[in-house]
Amino acid sequence: MDYVLAALVGVFVSLGVYLLLSRSVIRMLIGMTVLGNGVNLLIFTSGRVMREVAPIVPAGLEVPAGPIANPLPQALILTAIVIGFSMFSFLLVLAFRAYKSLDADNTDTMRLAEPENAPQPPLSY
Amino acid sequence: MGLSVDASIALAALAPFLAALLTPFVHSLAGRYSGWILALVPAGIFALLLGAVGPVLAGGSISAAIGWVPSYGLTLAFFVDGLSLIFALTIACIGTLIVLYSGAYLKGHPHKGRFLAFILAFMGSMLGLVLADNMLALFMFWEATSITSFLLIGFDHNRQAARRGAIQALVITNIGGMCLLVGVILAQHVSGTWLLSEMRGLEGVLVESGVYGLLLALFVGAAFTKSAQFPLHFWLPNAMEAPTPVSAFLHSATMVQAGVYLLARMTPLLGGTEAWTGILVVFGGVTLIWGALGALRETDLKQILAQTTIASLGLLVLLIGLGSKAAIAAVIAYFVAHACYKAALFMVAGAVDHEAGTREITALGGLADKMPATFIAAAFAALSMVGLPLTVGYFAKEEMYLAVVSGDWKMLLVLAVMVIGNALLAGVALVVAIKPFLGDAVPTPKTAHEAPIAMLIGPVLLGGLGIVAGILPDWLNHDVLAPGATAILGEAVETHVTLAVDLASPLIWLSALTWLLGIAVFRQAHAIRAVLRRLSAGLGWTADQVFDAAMFGLIRFSAAVTRLLHHGKLEFYLVLVFATLAVALFGPMLALGGFDWMVPTAELGDWSKRLVLPDLRPYEWGVIALAVFGLMAVLIARSRLIAILSLGIQGTALALIFLLFGAPDLAFTQLMVEVLSVVILTIVMTNLRLDARDHRPFEDWARDGTLAVVCGAGVSLLLMQILSGTLDTRLSDFFTATSVPIAHGANIVNVILVDYRGFDTLGEISVVMGAGIAILALLRRRRKAEGAAP
Repeated sequence: MDYVLAALVGVFVSLGVYLLLSRSVIRMLIGMTVLGNGVNLLIFTSGRVMREVAPIVPAGLEVPAGPIANPLPQALILTAIVIGFSMFSFLLVLAFRAYKSLDADNTDTMRLAEPENAPQPPLSY
Repeated sequence: MGLSVDASIALAALAPFLAALLTPFVHSLAGRYSGWILALVPAGIFALLLGAVGPVLAGGSISAAIGWVPSYGLTLAFFVDGLSLIFALTIACIGTLIVLYSGAYLKGHPHKGRFLAFILAFMGSMLGLVLADNMLALFMFWEATSITSFLLIGFDHNRQAARRGAIQALVITNIGGMCLLVGVILAQHVSGTWLLSEMRGLEGVLVESGVYGLLLALFVGAAFTKSAQFPLHFWLPNAMEAPTPVSAFLHSATMVQAGVYLLARMTPLLGGTEAWTGILVVFGGVTLIWGALGALRETDLKQILAQTTIASLGLLVLLIGLGSKAAIAAVIAYFVAHACYKAALFMVAGAVDHEAGTREITALGGLADKMPATFIAAAFAALSMVGLPLTVGYFAKEEMYLAVVSGDWKMLLVLAVMVIGNALLAGVALVVAIKPFLGDAVPTPKTAHEAPIAMLIGPVLLGGLGIVAGILPDWLNHDVLAPGATAILGEAVETHVTLAVDLASPLIWLSALTWLLGIAVFRQAHAIRAVLRRLSAGLGWTADQVFDAAMFGLIRFSAAVTRLLHHGKLEFYLVLVFATLAVALFGPMLALGGFDWMVPTAELGDWSKRLVLPDLRPYEWGVIALAVFGLMAVLIARSRLIAILSLGIQGTALALIFLLFGAPDLAFTQLMVEVLSVVILTIVMTNLRLDARDHRPFEDWARDGTLAVVCGAGVSLLLMQILSGTLDTRLSDFFTATSVPIAHGANIVNVILVDYRGFDTLGEISVVMGAGIAILALLRRRRKAEGAAP
């Protein structure tokens, strides 16, 4: 079953990349989210998956009775989800402000930092 | 003095750097007397080095080593023999006089302290260079001379010409520096030692190695850039933009002589072959004539002297190339003579400039009455430069003629070049010493008067030294020429310079011919200058212009590269990023056989038997289908709102996958985040008037689609590859086993986050906080801006 999940990761990544290559900032934002989800699933799957046994030690025991899901990828992903969300919020506000200031959603027209006709460097000592 | 000789050698090389660090403080304390005080440093070093004279004359050499990088067996080794001692004493002696001179020359200059610090640091580099035994240390000091001379030449950094001269010197000499580094590493590779003294013990180790040609090219390249050999000579005249004390120091006995020193040092290791002799003699000879003619073309005193320095360097390289005992003795004699008279003449030029206000010889005349001491110094120096008897220059000339006078036609050709070169230089010497001082007085920009005492000590002493050495041939033979030549050649050399004139020997007649030609050149200097100027005007391109073209070409090229890579189109940056990702995914997989698992093994026979249906339950299929549906819906959504909602669908599906496969914490977090994202996106996006659809031209669509599919497939294949291997579960097992016993938490994921990886979580919370603050700042600025504009 993990091969099916591996294929699903591929679909997530493909769509994320495709959206990131858009010129529209809002689509890039959605692409970021999708790519992030894909990467989380990648980490999850690469730690091997197992059905329905959460990594929780039952009350009264020192160690789990039977096999459990791998806890390490889960801890990593939990951190990644939260940071991903922070980044998403920040980028969203940044895109919103850029739109308000530049009145543009198209990355081709956002040339403030790298102007179209930058001057040549001076040819002297 | 309580110091051992070894320690004093290491101290001599390193003390100037320490002094340079302290110089600004000394200067701010001592003010106008700082030159006198700081001159004690090189004077002290000179005294320390004198302590090494005895042991070296006794036929020995001194080694001193400081541990440098012991783990690599590297020591900061110093080595003193006749050659390095002559160079080091010359450097320290002239350095003392230069520091004194600078103190007066830059009187009242706001950056005098800085200047003196640069001079001392330069002197330290130079001393280190000539005393170093370890080749890496030699390279380090070599580069240090390049850097400090860059600072000195560009000292007057407000003028573009000074900046240009400094950059030019740095670029040219650093090309040589790179050659030296490669050469040094190669030499170590071949010989197995970093120490020059040890390498000299291995007879023929470099000459007989297979890479001799390359080694020769690298070391000769390094020496030729530093010693301004044709056609790399052009940086030297431009370096005259430096204040005159710098020129007097760098272009008499130090900076440019580093190349000569290197060649002399490498003579026993690389010399003696036809290639060595051929290259050095030809380039040296051409440089000699080129520089001497260049000197006659100029009218600026400093430019004249710079060109004669090029000529003298050519002569030294030529003599090293000849490599016979007499030639090597002549190298030492000429080096000493040149260091004395050239430093003296530069200082004279500086004094004339300082007191009369101009360096143009056509605008100078009759200064002898007003500046008698300066004139005497100039006259002494010029006598040595002409090579009249009773000067050290005379012995140098006798020795070099002796080296070539008996030989085949090639030697006679070299002899002719030498006589012509010496005659031209003699003519120039007369021009420099006579034109500004004798003849009718010419009104000068400043009313000329004698230079201050600190500016007179140097030229008078050095000019006088050339005469004193010239009347003590026995001392010169025994204490200077023989030890120096012996150190270069590695075999005992006896020299026999003498004051006795033997009219039967051709040497005296050659000298006489040189003098006569020199006088002729002096008398016709004006006409020769006119002819040379017409010729050089007809030449068109100069090496200088080629350098400018190369530098500006480099700037244009880098600008073009920057434009190419930094074009300002975000989508192309991302295309590059993802194309790199695709290559990074597929390259290693292809190279390391990552696709082998796809090929059916022999027992299975063919593909159909490999196909095993995944053992997914129906509801699991349902969740995966939901995720795919959500993703597709994002892609083809006709309106923005539907796209956002579809984003929610795929996120929820992901949360369900987490839930089904034993990760309830993840599922819960993912669901919360997804809901929040959808809500925020909806609120923000419905406020903006954006294009609803993702319009892409066909070619963009095809490019982006291909790239996306390739990246997705790459990640999938990589993951399957990972899944087919075994998983190292040691870390997970540790967490599972110890969660309750030592961390007292039943939820292992939570225990990892808040206990084992607590600092990670702290970092994560900081990121959330940072993002929150940034968002707040962005939003508040908008409100403020709106409030300000009613």
